[in-house]
Order: sequence, then structure tokens, then C-alpha cells
Amino acid sequence: MTTTTRPPVKVQQPLTGKAAVTAVRKAFSGSLASAAAVLIGVIWTIPTFGLFVNSFRSREAAATTGWWEFFVHPSFSLSGYNEVLTGQGGLAIPLVNSLAITIPATIIPIFVASMAGYALAWMRFKGSDAIFFGIFALQVVPLQMALVPLQQYYVHGLQIFGITVLPSPGINGTIAQIWLTHTMFSMPLAIFLIHNFIAQLPSSLMEAARVDGAPHLRIFRSIVLPLSMPAIASFGIFQFLWVWNDLLVAKTFGGTSPDMQPVTARMQSLVGSYGAHLDLLAPAGFLTIVIPLIVFLSLQRYFVRGLLAGSVKG
Amino acid sequence: MATAYLPMDSSTAGQAATTLLGVIEAVGGFIAILAIVFFVAGRATGRLQKPIAVVICLGPALFLVTLGLIIPAITTINNSLMNQQFLGQLNTKYIGFKNYAYAFTDPYTQQTIVRTVLWLLIVPTLAVFVGLLMALLVDRMKYASIPKTMVFLPTAISFVGASVIWAYVYNYVTPSQPQTGLLSEVVMKLGWSNPPNWLITVPLNTFLEMVIMIWIQAGFAMVILGAALKGIPDEIIESARLDGASGVRLFRTVQIPMIRTTLVVVMTTVMITTLKVFDIVFTINNGNFNTDVLARQMYADMFVTSQVSRGSALAVILFLAVTPLVYYNIRQLRREREIR
Repeated sequence: MTTTTRPPVKVQQPLTGKAAVTAVRKAFSGSLASAAAVLIGVIWTIPTFGLFVNSFRSREAAATTGWWEFFVHPSFSLSGYNEVLTGQGGLAIPLVNSLAITIPATIIPIFVASMAGYALAWMRFKGSDAIFFGIFALQVVPLQMALVPLQQYYVHGLQIFGITVLPSPGINGTIAQIWLTHTMFSMPLAIFLIHNFIAQLPSSLMEAARVDGAPHLRIFRSIVLPLSMPAIASFGIFQFLWVWNDLLVAKTFGGTSPDMQPVTARMQSLVGSYGAHLDLLAPAGFLTIVIPLIVFLSLQRYFVRGLLAGSVKG
Repeated sequence: MATAYLPMDSSTAGQAATTLLGVIEAVGGFIAILAIVFFVAGRATGRLQKPIAVVICLGPALFLVTLGLIIPAITTINNSLMNQQFLGQLNTKYIGFKNYAYAFTDPYTQQTIVRTVLWLLIVPTLAVFVGLLMALLVDRMKYASIPKTMVFLPTAISFVGASVIWAYVYNYVTPSQPQTGLLSEVVMKLGWSNPPNWLITVPLNTFLEMVIMIWIQAGFAMVILGAALKGIPDEIIESARLDGASGVRLFRTVQIPMIRTTLVVVMTTVMITTLKVFDIVFTINNGNFNTDVLARQMYADMFVTSQVSRGSALAVILFLAVTPLVYYNIRQLRREREIR
């Protein structure tokens, strides 16, 4: 932020000739640049703004005319929202489902990953580096590769050469399998982000605790976990948005009944049936995006920090 | 939540309460188990203390990545060499690389692959272009956070949500009627009296779907590149300015070389996301009208048309395409870390 407001007052004497022309051009290009930036920002916002406006227009108006007509013939109604939330197969239950999927699928990986991150950073043992890079390298596995085998595992258990090594967890058809799937897929990024932060905690702190005779598990619980909150927040927001916005895992493991689906999956099927109902598509679409938008806008700082920490989400 | 003031029938409210109660139970149970394990294991002292702590802390994570990533990846590679048609099929046998041969010779899949490559070339290039342009424009601007947030906002929107948003841009209505799609309205105002039905016009529809992806990814590129630009030491910019470099020349000869590594990392990261694009194509027209891409066809092969092995082969192709990109990114990240 230090470079944003540097006043161009290097030269004090009045400018003449070519120097003056350059100075004027420079000042002009500054405001021109700002205008261009604002223009791009506005263009980027118009599609979302259109959806927002349309979601509050009367259903008849929204179905037959474009959203910009609102500024000529304003009409206001919440009946679209009412229909989408209370109608048969609407979005009320999917919104609850999304929350029910996203909250555990964010909290559980945080604990599992920070425990692993602490172990890999501060309980040095033979092979701990290799394990860290092994987990990190697993980011190359696209989750598409894991879908069919995971589904088989949830139904039949893990079988190798026809022998059942691990029984099925018995969560087939429940949202627990979506939590578990997201937790598994989040591990490489979560451990990478949180480990890097934990590894940078001052070693004098750890030494002091260990000299006092505190066991590892207590050091983790009372020192590492509270101090790692910035990294945990970054990852938490990342994971929250990722899980809330996910369609592939929800589609694969969530079944087709609206009782089980999160908003993304429900919305995706509604685009088909509401496709002809432009009046309902807008409120439904807005309900789909509003919660991640609120989370994002209020916690943007942490999100950016997470992005900058070098994230390549697999 | 917005639902609060609406008259909700009791069954919906009851169902919601049950679901959320289940969540609280699950999360509470998980934390309670952790607490008990920590308490019991905390009793251990002496020589066993460290090994026990290592197993408790690392065990769950290792179990999860083994079960969720390593074994499935191996299974999928194995599946791609078989003639499996549906899950749990008996009498499957190995057929070598026939599924791969099929993927590269079947005309439909060939088109899918070509289209995926087009996505891969166009989306990252344009997203990085817009992101870089935006990062440069706001670099010295007052109140830069406002236009930046406007461009960054779509990052938080799901691909499904974005597809709905853009449905209002691409919607088609007969030209004699009042228009509901923004794009038609704009081009008609500009004098194109009979615009096409955008989303079913080949090959235009593929490019219009790419626009959605660019719209989402540009903000990510802007944030990372903006941080990289800020990271260039002031002295370098100053001395370049004293040497007479400004505007485009400063940008071309100083700023771009200084952030080249970041540029490439952003490019490859957007490429990886683009390679797996599934939601947009799936939501907008389910891969019909010549818009199919690798990730969507793979999903359909696996779960809709029951050709598990062919789908697995496509997944492995995806994996092979992603691997060098991720490898490159990791190497760059590690190198940068060493410099710091």
C-alpha cells in the first residue's frame, strides 16, 4: 500500500516545453487509468447486478422484459422468492443442506490438518519430510479420478483382489459421505497451508514448553492451535467457499432427491425446469450465491492471504 | 436468514431442524472423540509419549489421503485398462489401452479433446490479460479497493450461480418481442437486427461459455499479480523512471520481467482449473450443441451412460495433463521460498 499515494512532486520548478507536455500526459493517463479500472469493474458487476435487480421485480415483468426495464417501469415484488423458498422442490431445504454439508466439511479438515501439520513441523522423525512432500504432491490427483472408486468404497467397502480389507462405513446415502469426501480431498492443500504457518512459529516457544515438560499433545492444544488461527481462518474460508460452491462431489454423492441436495445441485436441476421461468431463475440464483458472497466480502482479507500463500487447489 | 419471515410449513422446518441437529451432533461428536483421545493419550509418559503423539496427530490425515486419493487413483488407472461397463460388474477383463485408443479415435471424443484444448489456450490467456491489466490500472489508484472488489467478487460465486447469472446475458427472445437477454439487447441497439440464439449457435456458444470462466478467474489473476507488482522494490521502479522509462516501456522492460514467475504460476493455476471445468458446461446445456469438454464427458461416461472404463481413461488423461502443470507450480513455489 505504500506505493499507492506517491505525489508526483519531484520537480518543483515550473515546467516548460516537452517536460510540461509529458507531465500533463502523465497526469491524464493516471485518471484515464482510474477511469478504465472503474469501467472494467462496472462491466464485471453488471451481470450479477442484473440478476439482483431481476430477483426483486414482479414475476410477470421479470418473465417478459429485460432487467434494465426496471429503471423505466419499476415494479417490486418478493413473490419470486416466496415461490422459490416455499414451493414444492424449492430451495429452502437445499439451503439447509448446504449449511449442513459445508460446516462439518470445513471444521473437520481444520482439526485433522492442523494436527498433521504440527506433527510434520515439530515432531521430527525419520521420513517426516518425505511424508509432507508426498501429501503435498497428491494435489496432482484430480478429484475426478477418485469418484468411482470412492463410491464403490462407500457401497461395498474397500476390496483388494476380492478380499474386503475395510468394511463399508455404512454412510451410503447420507450427507456424511459428502463430509468425508470433502475432508479427504481437502487434505493436501489444508496440510500444506497450515503446516507452513505452524513451521514458522518461534522455536524458542516450543523449546520453553518442552523444557517445562509439556507433552506434545498439550503443546498442540494450548500453544499451536490458538497461535495458528490466521492460517486456519485462511484455509477455513477457502474450504467454506469451495464446499459451498462445489457441484461435482454433491452431484456424485448427494443423490437426486431434493431432500439431500445442496443448493448448487438443486439449482443445476432447476435451470432445466425453471429454464422457461426467467422470473424464478433470478431469485433462485441469488439465493444460491448470497451466502458465499457475504462470507467472501466480510473475510476477503483472510481469503487473499490464503491465495497468496500459494494455493493450487486440486 | 431470508427464510425467517416466510410462512414455512412445519414439515420443512422440522426437516431443517433435524438436519442441522445432525450436524451439531456430528461436529460435537468429532470434537468430543478428539478430546477423549487427547486426554487418554496425554497420560502416556516417557519413551512412548512421542510415538503415540505422532500416530494420533498424523494417523487420521494419512488414513484419509490413502483411502481418498492414493487407492482411488490406482483403482481408476486399473479401471481404465478394463472393459467395465457399470459399477460392480462381474466378468471384467483387461483390454490393454483400448479405452485410450478409443478416446483418441472416436470422432465425438476427439472433438471434446480439441474443445478442451481451446478452453485451455483461450481462458487462461484472457483471464491473465484482464487480471494483469486491472492490477496495473489500480496500482497507483486511490480507492483501488472498490474496482478491485468488483472484479474479484465473481471468485466467490459458484460456477452454477455464474451460469444462472449469465443466462440473463445470453437469453434469446425472438427479435420482434421485448428482449430479456442483455447481449441481444445491446447488439440490437447497435444495429444488429437479428441476433442468433447465442447458446445453441455453434461454435459461438463455446466461446460464450468461456467468457463466463474468464469472468470468474480474472479476479484471482488480478489479486496475485497485483501483489507481485507491489512486491517489486521501489528503488528498481524509481531508477528505471530516472532512466526515462515510463508507461508501456516501464511495464515491458521492468515490471513484466520482474513478475514473470508469478505470471506463469497464475497461468498454470488457471489452466488447471479450466482443465477440470465441468459445472459451467454441465449447467448451461449439458454438453449439447457441440460444447462438451473432457471433464463433463468423463462425468457422463462414469455416471450417466455407464461406461466406467472409458470414463476412467478420460480421468487418467486429465490427470496426465494436470501433472506437469502442478509439478511446474510446485517447483516454482519452492524456488521462490528458497530465495526468500
